[in-house]
Amino acid sequence: MLTPSQTVGPFYGHALPYAEGPFVVPEDHPDAIELHGRVTDGAGEPVPDALLEICQPGLFGRCATEADGSYRFRTARPDVYIPVLVFARGLLKPVWTRAYLTDEAPFLAQVDPLRRSTLVASPSGERSYRFDIRMQGEGETVFLDHAGYADPAS
Amino acid sequence: MHDDPHPHYLTPSYGSTVLRAPSQSLVRPAFDPEAIELVDPVYGHQPVGSLDHDLTRQHEGEPIGERIVVTGKVLDTRGRAVPNTLVELWQANATGRYAHPVDQHPAPLDPNFTGAGRCLTDAEGNYRFVTIKPGAYPWRNHHNAWRPAHIHFSVFGTAFTQRLVTQMYFPGDPLFAYDPIFQSVPDPKDRERLVCAFDMDVTEPEWALGYRWDIVLGATPFEEE
Ligand SMILES: [Fe+2]
Repeated sequence: MLTPSQTVGPFYGHALPYAEGPFVVPEDHPDAIELHGRVTDGAGEPVPDALLEICQPGLFGRCATEADGSYRFRTARPDVYIPVLVFARGLLKPVWTRAYLTDEAPFLAQVDPLRRSTLVASPSGERSYRFDIRMQGEGETVFLDHAGYADPAS
Repeated sequence: MHDDPHPHYLTPSYGSTVLRAPSQSLVRPAFDPEAIELVDPVYGHQPVGSLDHDLTRQHEGEPIGERIVVTGKVLDTRGRAVPNTLVELWQANATGRYAHPVDQHPAPLDPNFTGAGRCLTDAEGNYRFVTIKPGAYPWRNHHNAWRPAHIHFSVFGTAFTQRLVTQMYFPGDPLFAYDPIFQSVPDPKDRERLVCAFDMDVTEPEWALGYRWDIVLGATPFEEE
């Protein structure tokens, strides 16, 4: 019954990004943090045409990567983690991950200890956290499976 | 359990997947009703304008092409309408060219067509766009590669886990058999769900051909059976 996913492709640029997308909260928000990083592919090359979305209670952000694969959000400090959704040309369905600002959380304990650090954003200055996303290969980011998760009764 | 209709990440016939598909298996979190992924994404950067759904009225003049109406419902897997949710759409013009600097296909741009629109579903989950039929276009995936005519859709739903980005195709396109993106959906019956239906009741006399296409998102939790 579900409608299948298809890639966002390379040409979403005039439709999906919007100026305020990366600026989820105002600069003077008391809990504002910066979440930034780079998206790289299995060859370590930048992914210059990815679209990232983040979602927090009452907040939503959207940011397209630059030519060097970088992205930058200003958002509110989360209680535990920020869900991150990545779309790109070459992704027939998006990948889900989480940027944790702590390395102690129940879900992290469930993840292979050798890969756990890919889910933890590292401090990179005052109220700034770096969260790189490696699509594939060495240091591959842990991606989450939400199939069925949203519908345990089905 | 619903069968998973989605493509596999790694689909070598679509070359761009080869270095971008995750190689490790996905990790499934234990079900947690408090998971942030289950919050309703509040997408509120700008109110949807009254003409945002009409891609033929965004410029001084009208775009060249076959005027069409595309309408349908956003539903969940239990058949319930998803009201008041944002639907975004983008597409090539009638010649198969995107108004995007990266698109180098040597077909004419149309100064009267940007090819982006959005709307909110109504109380019954209906969306409706007025646009022109997009052209097929070549890409460099393999020799003589052409994408069937399609419209890109982005839909929100009521939980972030329902988020869907997909493409809608037109009935009977001879390019289906050659398109690795369309063919990436493993089950042919699921592929058919990406194809809209010509609908005479949606067609408007002396104005536009009508197509109907429903979009089905995953169900949300917290719902009784
Ligand atoms: Fe396209």
